[in-house]
Amino acid sequence: MNITTSEFFRTRRLVLKGAGVAALIGLGVVPFDVPQALAAANDKYPEEAFKQKTEADAIKALYGKTAEPSDKVKMDAPEIAENGAVVPISATTTLADVTSIAFLVSENPISLIASYKIPAGTLPSVANRIKMAKTSNVTVIVEAGGKLYSAQKEIKVTVGGCGG
Amino acid sequence: MASSIRVRATSNGDTTEVQALIQHPMDSGFVKDAKGEIIPPHFIQVLTFEYDGKPVFVADWGGGVSKDPYVKFAFKGGKKGDDLTVSWIDNKGATDTTTAKIQ
Repeated sequence: MNITTSEFFRTRRLVLKGAGVAALIGLGVVPFDVPQALAAANDKYPEEAFKQKTEADAIKALYGKTAEPSDKVKMDAPEIAENGAVVPISATTTLADVTSIAFLVSENPISLIASYKIPAGTLPSVANRIKMAKTSNVTVIVEAGGKLYSAQKEIKVTVGGCGG
Repeated sequence: MASSIRVRATSNGDTTEVQALIQHPMDSGFVKDAKGEIIPPHFIQVLTFEYDGKPVFVADWGGGVSKDPYVKFAFKGGKKGDDLTVSWIDNKGATDTTTAKIQ
């Protein structure tokens, strides 16, 4: 690590400060009792959730509760991904009061791929590209009105994208 | 240095659609190089989009997001000519930021 603490705090923007603190936690430089003001709830990087190997553990670390399947969560993904390194996946939902959307791949070494915070006024729809080690179930979690809803789909991968 | 972030924000009246493409290796820490040595993790952890001083979209990413990541979302509001600020920080503490005009 060739970046010093002072360089972090020279950053003027509040959001980056929050992110910087999250990164420092990751480096073990700052103890976990970081002042709440800096690590404002919405800006905190869910370090622990990104360390969990299984899908259930990742969901627990991220939200602290379990999800129920819902047909109001729609996932758009290919049946077969020729290249596991780049699998285009999008998710959308008709649920109201959505606060976050997360993507998980159960067979990846680290299950959680991405977690998106959806502030009020942002549409509950996101598209991204993910890596898949092998054929696996892909899960989308939508947090809406404090509850978790999920959709799942198996995607067949012909060439894995996590090395090996 | 050219920015690592390419962003296109298009207003269609009520909503603004945003697409961003970022140049980043997004190494997960599970891939080996040609010599059989593990390539250490190097990936973007937090990507933030701000409009009018407020975050409109925040991505928390792990190493499972593809190299040169792409993301698309939309938010209500946003006028042509307004600024949208995009910034990221990776697990090594590197950052980049750019501001795009909504089209």
